[in-house]
Amino acid sequence: MSTVEHARARTPTRRWVGLGAAAVVWFVLYAVNGRFWDWLLVDAFGLDPESRLGSSVRFFLYDTVKIALLLIGIIFLITVMRSFMSVERTRALLGGRREGVGNVMAAGLGVVTPFCSCSAVPAFIGFVAAGVPLGVTMSFLIASPLVNEVAIALLFGLFGLGPTLMYVAAGVVIAIVAGFALGRISPERWVEPFVFETRLGGQPVDSAAHLTWDDRIQMGVEEVLSILRKIWPYLLVGIGLGAVIHGWAPEDFFARYAGAGNPFAVLVAVLIGIPLYSNAAGVLPLVEALHDQGLPMGTLLAFMMAVVALSLPEVILLRRVLRPPLIAAFVGVTGLGIIAVGYLFNATIGA
Amino acid sequence: MKIKILGPGCANCVNLERVTREAVASLGLDAEIEKVTDFPTILGYGVMTTPGLVVDERVVLSGRVPTAAHVKELLTAPVA
Repeated sequence: MSTVEHARARTPTRRWVGLGAAAVVWFVLYAVNGRFWDWLLVDAFGLDPESRLGSSVRFFLYDTVKIALLLIGIIFLITVMRSFMSVERTRALLGGRREGVGNVMAAGLGVVTPFCSCSAVPAFIGFVAAGVPLGVTMSFLIASPLVNEVAIALLFGLFGLGPTLMYVAAGVVIAIVAGFALGRISPERWVEPFVFETRLGGQPVDSAAHLTWDDRIQMGVEEVLSILRKIWPYLLVGIGLGAVIHGWAPEDFFARYAGAGNPFAVLVAVLIGIPLYSNAAGVLPLVEALHDQGLPMGTLLAFMMAVVALSLPEVILLRRVLRPPLIAAFVGVTGLGIIAVGYLFNATIGA
Repeated sequence: MKIKILGPGCANCVNLERVTREAVASLGLDAEIEKVTDFPTILGYGVMTTPGLVVDERVVLSGRVPTAAHVKELLTAPVA
């Protein structure tokens, strides 16, 4: 009996006991992380935690473990929850909706539907073929990468519940407004004609049908592994840069140039963030270090959203179905939304 | 047996092709494996989340990369 068949034959009791044990191990590791490095670095190796080297090394090790644990826990939970939704179900819910209500639903569903950017084109065609208005489809396509599980995991771990909720709410509002605005400019002119000629054949396949709890748990484990495999280089570079800033950057270096006193800070942060191709895992350790340096939260959230929501590879993918004017409008409207949110946060909550 | 891998060529599609070839080889099946990358054809099967796996013109799986063992089950399941 192979391991997979073995896992499938597992009894429900053993499944839940296994999950419970994994959760306990997770909490213990998370709780002892800080103390372990203090003990190892300060007591065993005699590093001075106040020195540049000491604070950088401790920041790097402590943050790497903490972020890895957060990613494992939260990606697993979100994947299992999302396994109850699918692009096919979302399409069925959105079919025949008008703009307005449709944009709100699409943005919300974009957050909860499991979605990989590699499916952006078939999903786009499928939505259009099902009669979902283009602007509503855009709301979905904006919300889906903008509000992502890696960013949720890291924001929650590094900054707490408040900024995480602000981020999710901001992402949903941007997706609603940007999708609605794009729907108003007669976007049909700039969609490749083959999209309208494509017919969904057969019975649309629901990728979430017939899943058992064991399937969902296995999907959660696979998703954790596949995301960690994909993002670990970004993560280490991000934490490394963060560690350097932590130990070496002059106290008010970043705050002087990009702090609350600079009215162009949000604009510049978003313009830098749009072409950057990284993901939340690479950006958030940097964001944490810059926040410690005194940069305001609005500027940093705007930078992060610009990096994760808009990127060159995504634009190239969308070019298969959209003509350049609509792609430009898509990037422009979404970018404007992110800039507005950045200024709004800076004005209301400060640093 | 005719097997089609639906997907524009992303990492998941490559993985699906790999596990499918493994499953076919270990079952010793005489199967023809074809990659379908053009979107209208993929949508023609009703698949909106890639990758998709089609066996004898029937979609058996979409939206995730299964294990080779799961593909074996799918390939040996009686055709409904």
